[in-house]
Amino acid sequence: MSNVNIYDSRADAAIPAESPLAFSYHRSGAPAAGAASRVVLRERPFLGHLILRGGAIVLDEAVRDELGMNLPGRPQGLVLDASGERSIQWLSPDEWLLIVPGGEEFALEGRLRERLGDASFAIVNVSGGQTLLELEGDAVPELLMKSVIYDAHPQHFPVGKGVTTVFAKTTTILRRPDESRWELVIRRSFADYCYRWLLDAGEEYAIGVVAA
Amino acid sequence: MFQIYCPYCEELREEEEFHPKGEAHIARPLDPEACSDEEWGDYLFFRDNPRGVHHELWVHAVGCRKFFNITRHTVSYEILETYRMGEQPTITAESVSGDLAGRESAATARQEGVRA
Ligand SMILES: [Zn+2]
Repeated sequence: MSNVNIYDSRADAAIPAESPLAFSYHRSGAPAAGAASRVVLRERPFLGHLILRGGAIVLDEAVRDELGMNLPGRPQGLVLDASGERSIQWLSPDEWLLIVPGGEEFALEGRLRERLGDASFAIVNVSGGQTLLELEGDAVPELLMKSVIYDAHPQHFPVGKGVTTVFAKTTTILRRPDESRWELVIRRSFADYCYRWLLDAGEEYAIGVVAA
Repeated sequence: MFQIYCPYCEELREEEEFHPKGEAHIARPLDPEACSDEEWGDYLFFRDNPRGVHHELWVHAVGCRKFFNITRHTVSYEILETYRMGEQPTITAESVSGDLAGRESAATARQEGVRA
């Protein structure tokens, strides 16, 4: 175990937490999803986000032992566990994003550190800095084509792919965990901007929001 | 639409995701203390500005955030190849001038053929 100082940054459950979009719902509203909605936006706040850095082989072994998932070795890879609740995404040749249900991340970080021992690695808990938006519906690729510079045509963007790219005037991690859903991992400080952009761009598809 | 091949992402990506970072293959002097002012000044401030093939350092700023090298033609702006850090270019001014000489002599031969 390394001598790095780690602490649980998640507030006590008794303390009410507000999602990064709390104020956006208040100010910009949240149009209800209906039968005509060709895009439905769901916020998935308070998840555990960990950045893993290090060599692929040593990290792969630790992640496989701890979570039963393989580290995506190929660029743009996204791997989910059997429940679909945990995911690991390739961000760079020595960097991966691990997303787990909220509350798991601190204990998991400790267990991974234990397993990795003296290996050269870094784990950073970035849960407070980013949030996840989920998009579902047949018009999602069309909405994305107006919003990101990456080619979001389903033929070019198969399930199990994830990229970091430009979204409107900010950046996003765009990923496709299954046939029907797309996910945007966005910076917390840009969450309101992205939300309002999506409402505006999704208006023609009668976008509906399921608030967290 | 202008795309650049990132050797780490292993695919073509929008130019908007990249930033140029100047000339490539500039090695830091191994023993800076032993450098003359001129050698150190050359290392810090002086860069080539060739007409033709140029090797540049770029960063995939929005994507994988890795630095890599681009061989680019400064007249046509054509990107001839991209390659990872630590690798050497396969296309250089010498290899291309050889090609050009070949192409020119072929063109001359064609013209002469027409004349004949
Ligand atoms: Zn890249």
